[in-house]
Amino acid sequence: MCLAIPSEVLEIHGDEGTVEWQGTKVYANFSLLDNVSLGDYVLLHAGFAIQKYQPEEAEELMELWRKVSEGAD
Amino acid sequence: MKGRIEDYRDPRLTDQLLRDIHDVAGSASSRTISLMEVCGTHTMAIARYGIRSLLPDNLKLLSGPGCPVCVTPAGYVDTAISLSRNPDVTVVTFGDLMRVPGSDSSLAVAKAAGADIRVAYSPSYALELARNQPERKVVFLAIGFETTSPSLAWTLVQAKESRLSNLSFLCACKLIPPALHALASSDEVKIDGLLCPGHVSTIIGTAPYEQLARQYGIPCVVAGFEPVDVLLSVLLLCRRIARGEAKVDIEYSRSVPKEGNPKALKLLGQVFEPADSAWRGLGTIPDSGLEIRSGLSDHDAKTVFGVDIPLGKDNPACRCGDVLRGVISPPECPLFRTACNPLTPVGACMVSGEGACAAFYKYCELEHKKGTQPHGN
Amino acid sequence: MAIESDRILIAHGGGGSAMHELVREIFVPTFNNQFLEPLQDSAVIDELAEDRLAFTTDAYVVRPLFFPGGDIGRLAVSGTVNDLAMAGARPLYVSLSVIIEEGFPVEQLRTIAASIKDTADQARVKVVTGDTKVVEKGAADGIFITTSGIGIIETELEIASDRADDGDAVIVNGYLGDHGIAVMSKREGINFKSEVQSDVAPLSGLVQEILDADIDIHVLRDPTRGGAAAALNEIAESSEVGIRLHAAKIPVRPEVRSACDILGLDPLYVANEGKLIALCPLGQARKLLTLLRKHPLGKSAAIIGEVTSEWLGNVIMETEIGGTRIVEMPYGEQLPRIC
Repeated sequence: MCLAIPSEVLEIHGDEGTVEWQGTKVYANFSLLDNVSLGDYVLLHAGFAIQKYQPEEAEELMELWRKVSEGAD
Repeated sequence: MKGRIEDYRDPRLTDQLLRDIHDVAGSASSRTISLMEVCGTHTMAIARYGIRSLLPDNLKLLSGPGCPVCVTPAGYVDTAISLSRNPDVTVVTFGDLMRVPGSDSSLAVAKAAGADIRVAYSPSYALELARNQPERKVVFLAIGFETTSPSLAWTLVQAKESRLSNLSFLCACKLIPPALHALASSDEVKIDGLLCPGHVSTIIGTAPYEQLARQYGIPCVVAGFEPVDVLLSVLLLCRRIARGEAKVDIEYSRSVPKEGNPKALKLLGQVFEPADSAWRGLGTIPDSGLEIRSGLSDHDAKTVFGVDIPLGKDNPACRCGDVLRGVISPPECPLFRTACNPLTPVGACMVSGEGACAAFYKYCELEHKKGTQPHGN
Repeated sequence: MAIESDRILIAHGGGGSAMHELVREIFVPTFNNQFLEPLQDSAVIDELAEDRLAFTTDAYVVRPLFFPGGDIGRLAVSGTVNDLAMAGARPLYVSLSVIIEEGFPVEQLRTIAASIKDTADQARVKVVTGDTKVVEKGAADGIFITTSGIGIIETELEIASDRADDGDAVIVNGYLGDHGIAVMSKREGINFKSEVQSDVAPLSGLVQEILDADIDIHVLRDPTRGGAAAALNEIAESSEVGIRLHAAKIPVRPEVRSACDILGLDPLYVANEGKLIALCPLGQARKLLTLLRKHPLGKSAAIIGEVTSEWLGNVIMETEIGGTRIVEMPYGEQLPRIC
């Protein structure tokens, strides 16, 4: 359960700020994370950023699939 | 693949994944493979994309107790309703709880009868309300799993630090790993693999699943929510099962680090302590719930209002418990569709948007509805 | 009795199954006449004059009163004009009844009145009669508006929800979900900023062009409360047909999709106020699409599905990845959720 949306950090004011997901800007509370910077991606849930989101990990996904398909580990 | 959200919905990728799944599962021939997901958002995603309609017949996707609304006992709703009847009280809740049946009413009906009940997207709305309306006693209905409880913990601390004496929380937060142990250790349902909840895992990391895999020999995959995520996770599980490997893999690596979110976990420990908790349909599971620590009891609605949360009454014909444990699938419940449907829900599995029964009714009742006679005959 | 509580709930006004149950259990049996029974957007009166008349009424209770892209005044005229247009009528006359809360700013009333006039001019209707009431502070939320409208049906076509045929194309004139998201972005308790504007607009001019082009339109519905899902389910049930949609073909703005993602909503269930759903024989779909796309209110028109002889009474959807799911009738209004 839990809707959490990957969104880009646009503004930071202390522990709060604004994030954006494909054209919609939302207030976000960053208190649950350390070292949040502009341009980072975070997972937004109920108005809070609960984890960092790393889109470049997609490469790992394809690697994972390749390994699974080849029966390797 | 550049990691855009559209990529995780790409039909070319899902086609290939489905072919791979059919290969692996097919090689197990007629043996049934049962995978359980324990996350309402997974239930929804699987239903919304019609994934069941695309999997091989011998591969079963079971929906477990992954919807915090579905497992919240009727008594919690009863207590919330009775608090709302106090004319000084404003009850603030996530939208998910509004229509959940208590023993004989719901928050929606209580609101219609005049109670001040408001829907919030975020717990910080309760802070705002309490600050702006000091004459009101604001009670936030704090439910959720580990994805949500850190945000609730932070809000509780804020309430204390801002000295908002008119803000309290009625807490019924629950923990996923104890429920997983209860399911895995029961004889009722054979689970061959576990699709682990992607967003709960962003907080708790993979350590709880390592223990589960070791103890019960069940492979676990931490899965994301897009179609590619779900199908890749299913494929991974099928391979692990075929090779007899009870390992833990992270498919949702872009969001889930192995260690989870240590800052959030620390905050949880400061604000809450584990306690035995009643799960609707599952009974009491030891140390599976969170209670507000005594240092914050000024903001614990149970202390502030002197109430307790009774178990409440479920309709004796309701089979939500069996559905939540994966013992029966929604259509196997005798009330499904007839007495229990989205218009007149009997149990929480039908009311909650991501309850297994609601998801089934809304998205999966294809065979039943395929007829060339109107009204499903 | 299917109504599950002894009190009216917000859901009963949501345009979904709860509202339908209420209307069928309380209003229809009480009034029971051949004009009311079809329960279309407008009643068609055929016993007065040679041309049929369409007659409709609506109440407007939108909050906030002023939202991105429009206000309650524009909404009131557009809604009534569109209900008439959905019967294939040329809207002519509109009545305007307002219930105003004591203390309501006169300046806002002037703005709303101007909006009504502008929209009426755009739709070529006249506001010919009205009524004004003021209630004590607290008894109304600012202002409530009720409009009734009369139009004349000049086409020979029978356009109604029960006229869908197997094989018909299902067409929308543009992006779905704009109005609901625009309004929700201004509601209390939801802190999101969106550029989305309501699509509120009178569609009578567009419908007139469709009728003048001699296209064999079977059904016209405007997907307001309950969204496209509610309207399509109503058509499927009335016509006793199945409707199959294709997820990849449904036009939704990225900003609407992302707002829906955040709030846990489905764009198919979000209200529209400047959209129509048209069903016509497949052979005429291209012609209709071309006509729509030339009009300012139809630039993003698309064929989103077709009528089938399976899944009778239901709406199903082929998903983005080729699976199949049901698009169920909504119960009430969608609420933001965390799960």
